Amino acid sequence: MKTELRDSPFNAWQELNGYQETLNDLKGKHGATAVFVGSMRDMNESSAVKAMFLEHYPEMTSRYLEKITHHAFTQWKILDALVLHRVGHILPEDTIVLVAVWSEHREEAFKASRYILEELKHRAPFWKKETLSDNSQRWVSQNTPSS
Amino acid sequence: MTITVKFFSSLRESLDISTQALNAKNVSTVVDAWDQATNGAKMPDNILVAINMDYVERNHSVKDGDEVAFFPPVTGG
Repeated sequence: MKTELRDSPFNAWQELNGYQETLNDLKGKHGATAVFVGSMRDMNESSAVKAMFLEHYPEMTSRYLEKITHHAFTQWKILDALVLHRVGHILPEDTIVLVAVWSEHREEAFKASRYILEELKHRAPFWKKETLSDNSQRWVSQNTPSS
Repeated sequence: MTITVKFFSSLRESLDISTQALNAKNVSTVVDAWDQATNGAKMPDNILVAINMDYVERNHSVKDGDEVAFFPPVTGG
């Protein structure tokens, strides 16, 4: 299991491949990998967004990413998990979050990855501040609903 | 005998306070910490509170050495 905050852009698919290559104990054991990649859009609430700053509460954010991911291991039979989350200055198309879960069968991987993402969005102390096309700035006041 | 109070995001900007050290003698609850750090500003209804980086309710007690953080709903992911 690995959870990490990143203050510079990362390629989610390279990170995923790189991490999976380190999982020697899982070779031939996992039948499912569920992956979620969240990226920055250039539009939000009918406004063009040209940049974003992702503020966080450093020690608490790291603690919650770890706590949430660890809890998923206690709820579902999963084999490994990788959670990476950006902080700082972000541009459209940049990856914001990567959640990947490995398990023997698909149900556990689906459920655990969704749990980690939803908990992260509702509990981990991150706040988005958008810069619009006219250079005005606004805080995002709430997350979009999950369904 | 100090309690550290931190504010984040839009709350930090609207109050114009990032971090404040309070005398622990005068603070026994989260509400006390808020009142002293903000000079009695109205506490927003949707505010979240953490003590030593764990979520707590507003009526939670505060003790010497605690770090109390106030912030708006989170928007990560």
